[in-house]
Amino acid sequence: MLADLQNRATQAVERAKAAGASDAWATVNQSRDVEFEHRDGALEKVKDTTSRSLNIQIYADGRYSTHQTTDLKPERMQGFVAEAVAITRALEPDENRRITPKALFANRPDKDLDLVDAEVTAIDRDRRLEWCRTLDEVATDHERVISATAGVYDGSQVSVSASSNGFLGSRESTYCWYGAEITLKDEGERRASAGYYVGGAHVGTLPDAPSVAGIALRRALSRMGAEKGPTLKAPMLVDAQAAGSLLGRLLQPANARSVHQGRSFWSDLVGKQAFSNGLTIVDDPLIARGLGSRHYDGEGISARRLPLVENGIVRNLYVDTYYGRKAGMAPTTGSASNRVIGLGEHSLDALLREVGEGVYVTSWLGGNADSTTGDFSLGLRGHMIENGQIGRPVGEMNVTGNLRDLFTRLELVGNDVYPYSTTLSPSLLFADVDFSGA
Amino acid sequence: MTIRRRDFLGHMAAGSAVLTMPAFLSGCGVQTATAISQATPENPFMTWFGVDQATTAKVMSELTASGADAADLYFQHRRTNSLRLEDGIVSSATSSIEQGVGLRVVIGEQTGYAFTEDLTLASMLAAARTASAIASGSRVMAPQSFNPLATGNLYTTSVPWSDVGIDQKLPVLKFVETKAKAMDPSIDKVAVYWGDADERVMIATLGGNLVTDHRPMTRITVVVTAKKNGETQTGYANIAARQEFAWYDEQRLIKMVEEAVDRTLVQFDARRPPAGEMPVILASGASGILLHEAIGHGMEADFNRKGTSIYSDMIGKKVAEPFITIVDQATLPNERGALNYDDEGNRAGRTVLVENGILKSYLHDEISAKQYALSPTGSGRRESYKYAPMPRMSCTFMEDGPHTKDEIVAAVDHGIICETYTNGQVQIGAGDYTFYVKNGWLVEKGRITAPIKDVNIIGNGPESLQRITMVANDARLDTGGWTCGKNGQSVPVSQGIPTVLVSNMTVGGENAG
Repeated sequence: MLADLQNRATQAVERAKAAGASDAWATVNQSRDVEFEHRDGALEKVKDTTSRSLNIQIYADGRYSTHQTTDLKPERMQGFVAEAVAITRALEPDENRRITPKALFANRPDKDLDLVDAEVTAIDRDRRLEWCRTLDEVATDHERVISATAGVYDGSQVSVSASSNGFLGSRESTYCWYGAEITLKDEGERRASAGYYVGGAHVGTLPDAPSVAGIALRRALSRMGAEKGPTLKAPMLVDAQAAGSLLGRLLQPANARSVHQGRSFWSDLVGKQAFSNGLTIVDDPLIARGLGSRHYDGEGISARRLPLVENGIVRNLYVDTYYGRKAGMAPTTGSASNRVIGLGEHSLDALLREVGEGVYVTSWLGGNADSTTGDFSLGLRGHMIENGQIGRPVGEMNVTGNLRDLFTRLELVGNDVYPYSTTLSPSLLFADVDFSGA
Repeated sequence: MTIRRRDFLGHMAAGSAVLTMPAFLSGCGVQTATAISQATPENPFMTWFGVDQATTAKVMSELTASGADAADLYFQHRRTNSLRLEDGIVSSATSSIEQGVGLRVVIGEQTGYAFTEDLTLASMLAAARTASAIASGSRVMAPQSFNPLATGNLYTTSVPWSDVGIDQKLPVLKFVETKAKAMDPSIDKVAVYWGDADERVMIATLGGNLVTDHRPMTRITVVVTAKKNGETQTGYANIAARQEFAWYDEQRLIKMVEEAVDRTLVQFDARRPPAGEMPVILASGASGILLHEAIGHGMEADFNRKGTSIYSDMIGKKVAEPFITIVDQATLPNERGALNYDDEGNRAGRTVLVENGILKSYLHDEISAKQYALSPTGSGRRESYKYAPMPRMSCTFMEDGPHTKDEIVAAVDHGIICETYTNGQVQIGAGDYTFYVKNGWLVEKGRITAPIKDVNIIGNGPESLQRITMVANDARLDTGGWTCGKNGQSVPVSQGIPTVLVSNMTVGGENAG
């Protein structure tokens, strides 16, 4: 199969050159995905699909554009590529639009990232059904359950890229996720709901289905009787899973495009102590079995470890070749891989004790941030922290502030990493945060 | 797609749905369709997809070989084009072609689904066998031919996007940039993003219907960055519709540019309101986001048939003041959320969710309609052939009420008025929802005073409906490019509302001291 995809990619590049492109970069993707969803004792949905697509970037007459199709019939390719070149020629020239220089894809690492698990590709209907039934059994084992949906999602993907200046690379990975979402009868018309899923490239290391469904049920039960929290200024402890999403907002404008377009509060921060010295973030594409691991990025740039923030000092930003040229910054990589947060020494319990009284955030609800100023406001669900312990469940609260300012008030970092994400973060504790509620 | 799924599983809370206004999302678009055969008057869509009645019947027969209550083949071809203007030049374009057929079998509440991008008979039959594996009953009588239903006329175009070249679009982007730059000396950068799309769907149903729909879409976004006294602010505006190229007249574009520049410059003076509960006025138009989050999602019948929505047992009950009527209507010509037929091949229509304060009807797809023994409301939608349909909103709005905007502002002693939004989200079970206010104003002693920015508002759906105490007579739909996400599927939607007063909501802000 790899050889077939490679042929398609190299042929697309050759066709583009023949149609007048000075350079071209083609990627062919193929994926197989299976979903089983099981609700309240019965199989509800089965989806089984195989999908293919071709993406080609064209450089012609100092111009650039990119094109994608799911129609891979050989007789259509000629027309597709010819049209792609024609579209490119209708644009304006831009000297900064150039194919990735060969130097950036030299020395590609060959470390075994262990992203393919033969056990995942062998998962069959019986095994999925067995997971579904087991998840369902535990998830519905409470008198308050209105409905529980168990889900199993597994599959594999392959992509091959080829370029007119000699790049050739392939990526293969498998994945398997399972878990449950549970809705419970709460006060009045209210329902308490929560879910929990686990997943990864390998199936053998995942926690077993009963324990996953058990966590989902405990999470849903913990939402029972949730009330609107108070308006106050207090310490905020963000749990490891919710911390990943908060860090995603912090890092969203940490790139050359946002900086060059004047839409980033990271603009003047490289080399400076911008955040609390407890904050360390490294983009590491070479973690074995990592959900974001890779040998090369979307532009073919060879993967390497990239420190973003060390002890609060900004070291690097995400820089692709185009905006790097425009902004006068050396390219690093244009896209995130695995973002690894430097760990502290405190367990979650120890952090709770440190807080004493405050707010423990377990998930966010909506909200947004202005990438130019860093101003943010987010809805949250969680618990009050009372006497150093997790207290009553609260919701209908917002937390409001400025992202840069918030991360200068990062007081402690936990040691409890949430593993099912490309952002590998522990719990984070912030001081003096503005909450609005009742 | 797996990336999306993983992201969804990784980051979304259970039973939640999101609405976003992605400013920098590349949209849609088209060049001349070189490789596609010309339409014939008899059966243009079958020709387009290279299938005929006999082929379609064979695939339907295979799909329903182990039984079915409902089944459909969803053929789709979508061509999109986007252009990006930054730093004075249009030096990036994207195009895409998505073509495939989704095959679905429904038995009771069970769904089997598969798709293929290879529209040959062999490949479609293989996908049909995969989807049919959900069933274990006996063969049903599949139709031998499919009866074409009349096509809709909500968004007919005189010139399809496939006939509009880049040479015609470039001057529009340049015009927007020039106008924006000229509007204020503090404007440092202007970016313009263009998208257009032509989509053709053909749905063959087990009931023997053949539905076809040609769905155009376009969107333009302008992003403005301004610098003043060492401070930088960014703002944007966009407009979107199922429209053709001629829709972009100068007046419409200038209005959008003025909105973007105003929203950007006002932020230099804007601050955060005090944190906590207060009366909130929602200005007419985009504030329809309240309806989308506070009630719309909770009225989608898939959540209700499963009993997971806070509205599951509330049909026929009083949920709001008697002057409040809330509607979801797909039959609004050229609106972004408009549809002639839904993605199950049912005629899309008008569903009254709340009539004079009483909760009336959920939004149904075929599965939920059958369970409730009702007719579908034409609300079954899907992102593409890669997905099974589910109940979704189209254009959701509140009708005019008895008050005026002036009366509403005068009634507030200390609160805020919200004007523009970026996104919202809801927790279906608890009913808690949020929306993010990009621009607004303080209201003090019955007067609109200082600008505010960047606050999230959070509330509970049924509680907020009960707290709508005044509704003005200035209802309008927003023309922004809203996209609704649910269970990993994105669909275009519209929303609107008159100016309303919600007597109490929780506003993100700063605490004194």
